[in-house]
Amino acid sequence: MRAAMKDGARGASMTPRGIAAPVLGGWSAASEGVPANVRTISLQAVKIRMRSVGNIQKITKAMKMVAASRLKGAQTKCEKSRAMVNPFVRLLGDTPGAETEQTLVVPVSSDKGLCGGINTAVVKYSQVLNAMTPGVTYNVIGDKARAQLTRMMPQQINNVIVDTTKQPLTFATASAIADQVVARNAPKTHIVYNRFASAISFKPSVATLMSNEELEKAAEEGVNEFDSYEIEGPDRSEFLLDLSEFKAGVMMYNAMLENNTSELGSRMQSMENSSKNASEMLAKLTLLYNRTRQAAITTELIEIISGASSLESKE
Amino acid sequence: MSRAMMRLARRVVGKNASVPVRGASTQSRASIETFMKNFEQHKTSPTMEHPATSSTFASTPVTEDVKGTPEKMKLNFYLPHDAPFDKTEVDMVLVPATTGDFGVLPGHVPTVSQLRPGVVSVHVSDKDVQRYFVSGGFCFVHADSTTDICAVEAVPVEQLDPEAVKKGLAEHQAKFANAKDDVEKAHAQIGIDCCNAMVSAIEGK
Repeated sequence: MRAAMKDGARGASMTPRGIAAPVLGGWSAASEGVPANVRTISLQAVKIRMRSVGNIQKITKAMKMVAASRLKGAQTKCEKSRAMVNPFVRLLGDTPGAETEQTLVVPVSSDKGLCGGINTAVVKYSQVLNAMTPGVTYNVIGDKARAQLTRMMPQQINNVIVDTTKQPLTFATASAIADQVVARNAPKTHIVYNRFASAISFKPSVATLMSNEELEKAAEEGVNEFDSYEIEGPDRSEFLLDLSEFKAGVMMYNAMLENNTSELGSRMQSMENSSKNASEMLAKLTLLYNRTRQAAITTELIEIISGASSLESKE
Repeated sequence: MSRAMMRLARRVVGKNASVPVRGASTQSRASIETFMKNFEQHKTSPTMEHPATSSTFASTPVTEDVKGTPEKMKLNFYLPHDAPFDKTEVDMVLVPATTGDFGVLPGHVPTVSQLRPGVVSVHVSDKDVQRYFVSGGFCFVHADSTTDICAVEAVPVEQLDPEAVKKGLAEHQAKFANAKDDVEKAHAQIGIDCCNAMVSAIEGK
């Protein structure tokens, strides 16, 4: 499928004029008396192109339908996962600007392409985060961000997790991934993802996770209100450790669902555009095909008539 | 820079300035502002929008100025994949904390607690009491009579299958007996505790 799409991309850049060029060449060759049949060769070229454009259109339409049907389920799941993030933000605050020596950036991207600009957006924002803060390392999720980031800053990537969307995402999977992230012991972690707004729009977002030490510091400095609460359970540092780990799981689950939903919405949109482009191109090619065919018939008629009339005039 | 571009740049800045931070407390807002200022200096293209943060879409922060005690309190009972209660007005909630069960009524002192496997009973009204079994999680009681319960999994107690629970208990006990190291033992112990809690939840009905 991928090879077919690449072929389509090349086809898209080809203007009808470009296709017409070999046709003219064919005519001039015919006048020099090269093989018979030469008039139909140009027609065949157009016909082959028409068939391939038609096939591409079928594929893009199918991809659009698949994305659209999966979008509904993904959207419900994603919207249900949003509520859980709120209590943690309310209790522990949202401090993306906190100054720390090291920062771990977790770009969440998709494994497959052909879904518009969502992966590029994630990579761009991750790059800006790198410029903004010293000591950035990456823990990349998804193949597309990996491909782009390894080219730009191979030394800073310390972990890559791919193939997370093969099966429906569960909280257990997200927690396992969050475990990997927490195991890096970074004082501050940014999760970069696309938040789903609607099938045609998404918002690049940065969720921030602080380690338990940082949270403790913040509680002492009054950046969050944690010290005004009574604690039922283990002592403060252990409590904050459990809390920050649970928060990591919850945030990761939400971020991955959001990004997955945005991916489907974006794919639906971009596949609709390519289907539209394909059908426009097909219309142009059909017109060209018919014109060429008619031109050939007209030429043949003229030849027959002029031949006949020359015979008549001889008689 | 042409005038049109200037105008464009200004419009973009204006658009960025209006990113709402309604879910952020005052301290968080300062931190977000620092972050966005820093972002503004390092962004790669002038048309790049500010990213959203977790609090951009969060509900309103806890309000400190509380006027008296309301008759009912607000309950948020969230799971990663669902929200059984969302800003629902209830009379009382009984929560199984690791240090022992406790009840939350309107006007409760601000408390954070870790949950153990057990039953959360939500008293929506005198007649309507809903019992959920939770496997663990956290409960935050805020000063404004709002309670957030975050659990990994919760099911209504009447949906628990006694047979399956017994089977699960036996399975975990066997695993505990055959455990080779401390990690396996701890895993099995968690299973046993959870199953025991489920058994007592079913019996206590």
